[in-house]
Amino acid sequence: MLDVTKTRADFPILQVEAHPGVPLIFLDSAASSQKPEVVIAAMDAYYRQMHANVHRGIYALSEAATNAYEGARAKIARFINAAEPAELIFVRNATEGFNLVAFAWGRANLQPGDEILLTEMEHHANLVPWQMVAAEKGAVVKYVPFLPDGTLDMAALPGLLTERVKIFSFTAVSNVFGTVNPVKQLVQMAHEVGALAMVDAAQAAPHLPMDVQDWECDFTAFSSHKMCGPTGIGILYGRRALLETMPPFMGGGDMIRRVTLAGSTWNELPWKFEAGTPAIAEAVGLGTAVEYLTGLGMDEVHAYEQYITTYALEALSEIDGLTLLGPSAQQRGGVAAFTMHGLHPHDIAEIVDKDGIAIRAGHHCAMPLHHKLSINASARASFYIHTTTEEVDKLVMSLHRAKKVFRL
Amino acid sequence: MDDSIYREQIIDLYENPLNYGELDAPDWSYEEDNPLCGDVVRIEVKLGADGRVTEVAWRGDGCAISQASASILTEEIKGLTLDEVRHFDKDRLLELIGVPLSMARVKCALLSLKVLKAGAYGIPDPTHMREGGS
Repeated sequence: MLDVTKTRADFPILQVEAHPGVPLIFLDSAASSQKPEVVIAAMDAYYRQMHANVHRGIYALSEAATNAYEGARAKIARFINAAEPAELIFVRNATEGFNLVAFAWGRANLQPGDEILLTEMEHHANLVPWQMVAAEKGAVVKYVPFLPDGTLDMAALPGLLTERVKIFSFTAVSNVFGTVNPVKQLVQMAHEVGALAMVDAAQAAPHLPMDVQDWECDFTAFSSHKMCGPTGIGILYGRRALLETMPPFMGGGDMIRRVTLAGSTWNELPWKFEAGTPAIAEAVGLGTAVEYLTGLGMDEVHAYEQYITTYALEALSEIDGLTLLGPSAQQRGGVAAFTMHGLHPHDIAEIVDKDGIAIRAGHHCAMPLHHKLSINASARASFYIHTTTEEVDKLVMSLHRAKKVFRL
Repeated sequence: MDDSIYREQIIDLYENPLNYGELDAPDWSYEEDNPLCGDVVRIEVKLGADGRVTEVAWRGDGCAISQASASILTEEIKGLTLDEVRHFDKDRLLELIGVPLSMARVKCALLSLKVLKAGAYGIPDPTHMREGGS
């Protein structure tokens, strides 16, 4: 199994104190992960030794920067097993990936009355762009419900996935329940009715081995900052045949072949979708992050998270008045969202913070999910490759203390 | 560990809120949520013939800070004129709450005041209406 003592040494921030004398226990990787030294060093080295604009200069330095940027794309393409690096578009984050598809593909392809199928467990990033383009094009957004245990209602799918559906966009792993959805099966079902399938991989790419060719998805998007990489960059993957037919999303430099005062023609893939100077150092950082994760082995990462999540779910479930959201450990990734009777999530997060423990409190950008559960908010602890069982024990102790503060 | 933000008074008000409920025929009623967490507060106010707050009630669902703040605020505005309610100072409310709050929690503490003021500005000033002679 993954040696957690070793991985902990890779993350400089774990040496930081949350408060004077109180070590940091970071249980909010699902919101944004911490960065290993190698990623920080790679970005530093890029700026110190290699920086120039990409795809422009004739000089050696610009060529080095271009190679670093395109080299990162190739590494990430291997990480998700894409057929070719040109199918990977550098975007700012998964959110921008969804916006790109909703607007570039949606505006060109959606007709009044067409349906966009989502699920009730989606993050706002995979909801709002579709609602916006649906309003613009007169399309209809429908949602696959989830069951009380936080898994998708598969029995409801055939009734919803009709030939009116033009795209089915769903998350691979829920950011609240942690539910791991049957991606391959869902993609297949979408294709059977002639719909495209887009996968939200924001909570999958950091935690599970990913293979877009095995999934057979048409699009997927994920964010670098949740998978040991820097903020400000993410990936939209799309099948070449689809990306080729889509109009650009944003116009500007680098995305054109030829510009005249009468009009412009577009660059080839992937640059057609990368207007303006990109986040070069961030691409280099993400390239190094996927190398780091590959070095650990994604099967190992997944196995370790299963181990720590199983441990955490057992420990948390022993607290009186605590209700866990979502399915059993076998069906989920490394998140544990919960509510506590008589204690608001904000107050929970505030009290455990005093013990140096960082957890998320709120709706985690999934308001419809919380609304359906008739709660405004939940508390969420999320685990990653540096989380120890001792840290989970400290969380449990701290939650007991929170109950005491509130006289529960 | 310093839990001074959860001093007795805050927990007391969280368990037994003041002015919690609804009014019959309030002069105004306003509700808003905190987009950070989805917490909701609704405040209803009745003015007397002299234009001062005679009755006030609030309802909501939220953290100890936002709930205690609503209790404290609704106690404090009884007897104030509409104009005084509109100009109620946020620092005064924070002072009344009296516990150290982080930036995120200040938003929780001020949610009730935001709701109160949005409601107070949303109705015509009754004294002005009287001056208008209608």
